[in-house]
Amino acid sequence: MKARVHVMLKNGVLDPQGEAVRHALGTLGFDGVKGVRQGKVIELDLDEADAETARAQVTRMCETLLANTVIESYSVEIG
Amino acid sequence: MHAAVITFPGSNCDRDLAVAFAAAGARVTRVWHKDTDLPEGVDVVGIPGGFSFGDYLRCGAIAANSPICRAVVAHAKRGGYVLGICNGFQVLTETRLLPGALMRNAGLKFICRSVDLTVATTQSDFTALYQQGQSLRVPVAHHDGNYTAGPDLVAQLRDEDRIAFTYGAPVNGSVADIAGVLSENRRVLGMMPHPERASDESHGSTDGRQIFAALTGALTAA
Repeated sequence: MKARVHVMLKNGVLDPQGEAVRHALGTLGFDGVKGVRQGKVIELDLDEADAETARAQVTRMCETLLANTVIESYSVEIG
Repeated sequence: MHAAVITFPGSNCDRDLAVAFAAAGARVTRVWHKDTDLPEGVDVVGIPGGFSFGDYLRCGAIAANSPICRAVVAHAKRGGYVLGICNGFQVLTETRLLPGALMRNAGLKFICRSVDLTVATTQSDFTALYQQGQSLRVPVAHHDGNYTAGPDLVAQLRDEDRIAFTYGAPVNGSVADIAGVLSENRRVLGMMPHPERASDESHGSTDGRQIFAALTGALTAA
């Protein structure tokens, strides 16, 4: 079973890298970009065949290692 | 006093930290990240600067989940002392022994220079030999030192007098210019600047030396 985790900085946490990308887009002439937030996508290939068990496993992985929940939020896609 | 200094793959200030502890009179044992236990009778654990595990995923995140870090967390929870410098501070926030998080510097650049630090509290066994408000000259060398905490946490850290050091002028975007914080029991200190690189005459500053001297004094007397 495949899983995909999206990790983003929480709303309200200033994202200096996203801000730099936004500035660069403006310099390149892409007007009207009001905000850019940069995150990560982590793909996992799991032995687990049951979707709900896999979701629970990946959620534990996010809480333990994949995201720092002090500053980041995450979402899990299964399949 | 017995200090343990941990080495992760990618640590690069572990030797300097061991030298600074030894110069202050500590007995120092070097510990490998795969070890599952700290040496018997360790008083203080030093988590050094560097780029543990290549800073993959997030700075300090993989080190914080290494076998030795489980022993470090247990040591801290028993009331043991821990000093985390630079990457060591990042490891301590990732283990949640210290609150907040260290994000990419606001200016996005790696910053490597000496900065002015202000001693924000002398009420700890790390900072007891300084004067309140004393200005120190200590190097920083980091890409991710932007201390991030919500307003409630900053207020709590202030109320509990747990901000150990602040930058004399903004360096990396840290909230309230925070450069180092203490745990609730004041026995865990994390700081981005490198006191071990300001502890020998040849470094150009010896302002960091008193942290090691204060710890050795406090823990040897006890």
